[in-house]
Amino acid sequence: MNSEKITKHVLFTVSLIILIISTGILASLIKGAMPAFKEFGLKFIIAPDWNPTEGRESYGALVFIFGTITSSLLALILCIPLAFSTSLFIAEYFKKTRIASILKTLVDLLAGVPSIVYGLWGFYVLRPAIISLGINDQGFGIFTSSLILAIMIIPYATSLSNEVIAMVPDELKEAAYSLGATRLEVIFRVIIPNARSGIVASYILALGRALGETMAVTMLIGNANVIPKSIFSTGNSMASIIANQFGEADGLKLSSLIAIGLLLFAITAIVNAFGKFVINKLS
Amino acid sequence: MKNLLIVLITVAVLASCGGNKTEKNTSTKKVTLTAAGATFPMPFYNLAFKKYTKETGLLLTYGGIGSGGGIRSLKDQIVDFGATDAFLSDKDISEIPLKVVHIPTCIGAVVIAYNLPGVEEIKLSNQLLEDIFMGKITDWNDPKIKEANPKLTLPNLTITVVHRSDGSGTTYIFSDYMSKISNEWNEKVGKGKSLQWPTGIGAKGNPGVAGTISQTAGSIGYIGSEYAFAQKISFAQVQNQSGNYIKPTIESISASAQGEIPTDTRIMLTNSSDPNAYPISGFTWVILYREQAYNGRSKAQAEETIKFLNWIIGSNAQSVAQSVNYAPLPEKAIELSKEILKSITYEGRAVLK
Repeated sequence: MNSEKITKHVLFTVSLIILIISTGILASLIKGAMPAFKEFGLKFIIAPDWNPTEGRESYGALVFIFGTITSSLLALILCIPLAFSTSLFIAEYFKKTRIASILKTLVDLLAGVPSIVYGLWGFYVLRPAIISLGINDQGFGIFTSSLILAIMIIPYATSLSNEVIAMVPDELKEAAYSLGATRLEVIFRVIIPNARSGIVASYILALGRALGETMAVTMLIGNANVIPKSIFSTGNSMASIIANQFGEADGLKLSSLIAIGLLLFAITAIVNAFGKFVINKLS
Repeated sequence: MKNLLIVLITVAVLASCGGNKTEKNTSTKKVTLTAAGATFPMPFYNLAFKKYTKETGLLLTYGGIGSGGGIRSLKDQIVDFGATDAFLSDKDISEIPLKVVHIPTCIGAVVIAYNLPGVEEIKLSNQLLEDIFMGKITDWNDPKIKEANPKLTLPNLTITVVHRSDGSGTTYIFSDYMSKISNEWNEKVGKGKSLQWPTGIGAKGNPGVAGTISQTAGSIGYIGSEYAFAQKISFAQVQNQSGNYIKPTIESISASAQGEIPTDTRIMLTNSSDPNAYPISGFTWVILYREQAYNGRSKAQAEETIKFLNWIIGSNAQSVAQSVNYAPLPEKAIELSKEILKSITYEGRAVLK
């Protein structure tokens, strides 16, 4: 057997293993979630109850789906202006300068900070700031966790955008300048239209990251199992309820937590599929 | 793809925690004991375990994973004993194929801790507790709180209720008390290791609730007493069944256990009828199998387990409990526990001689 063939077989086996693992996870999630869906039906997804008291058990995922989606979308909205400006700064205005490379390294460094450290910073620094600004009384809530999430996902939103913005051909930009376009016009008429699929893809990647984030969110969202009245109220997220309650859960509660895991899996898959769809449409 | 992978891995880890672990205790020459469960008695267990290791050389490890986790670890047969602040219900016991017994180790108090700068010794009547934890009173300068505390100047702060986000025996003791003093609580919330809370924010573990309270002005919550003492968090005087306002002290906690105790020691001590008793008190138990030969455990393992449990209910360990503000077991409970320990067997033969 030649080396070509060996490589081919090795790669095939490895990718097969990954495929088996992911289908295995999906299968065990579905199996574990079955009792909950059998008990509550599809109403599980839209039921706002989470009552683990013996004799009154009733579980629903709505509170957590709502918390996860609002906090992640809000984080994305907060993140986009920062991420977009940073990308333009690094990949266009100060392209290939020392300051751009320093900034780029710093942004990449944000991705390496463990989630628990963001959580600690949020708890001891951001939360008192929110209280002293009078946004709410105890500093916890959807908004606080969104702020932390926004910072956490900046590196994911910028790294790919940097690449695609830098890849816009210089000839196109020079042509626009020679026709008398200003720098802003070049950005909005040449760079964005050319790079938009990549930019959108990077924001969707960032959103996917925000959806699954657990530790920092659970430390700041307030862990109140209710639908938040406003973005400044407390709530809870899907990953956070799982992390908080799986330790002592059994029976129907455990199955409901697994069902939430399955739904989170589904939401993340949908977001990724949507991302792919948008990229195909735009490019 | 990267984010999808992260989700996959997280889910995989969680899924694997759901399965039944059948880890074998390898019977090496040196026996070590493994236990897991409640965080409520952890300050006591940490000291007692250390002392026992020093005296006998036996290594003990304790995982503070919550009462629910303690029960589960015993069910999964991965520990020598579990620890819980909520005794197993008849239904729980019937669901476990092997017979489980309870040994109380000390009495603890759940204190109503609060963070109001400059306000000491607030008194909370049963009605106020209900109103605050049901979310009916939302401000500290509410006239009802003033009425019960005429001498205090209460700040104009919103009340933030802090409760546990994870399953917990501390929650069980607290909600058991609340169910006894408030009909509305009993009907709408009930008692359990985790609840559907009408108001408030959740934090993980006794340390988490204590930390959140000490960091948030205007907050109130319930924690194991030692956590409040250690972090110097103020706590309220609570009304007992006789209507007296009582501070949690070793004497007032002990007073709650002066009544009858059933032979299996499964009793909640909350809302004691003793006029001097602190009403939110409770036994904390270790739970173990009556038949110690399970999951490949050696005889030495069983002997060391029982020897240790016999030690922890003895006077030597009980004085350690008092040094971290838990009340020692009453005579009656010690007698009953000794009887239970005598009934424990290894392959049908009594372990304790």
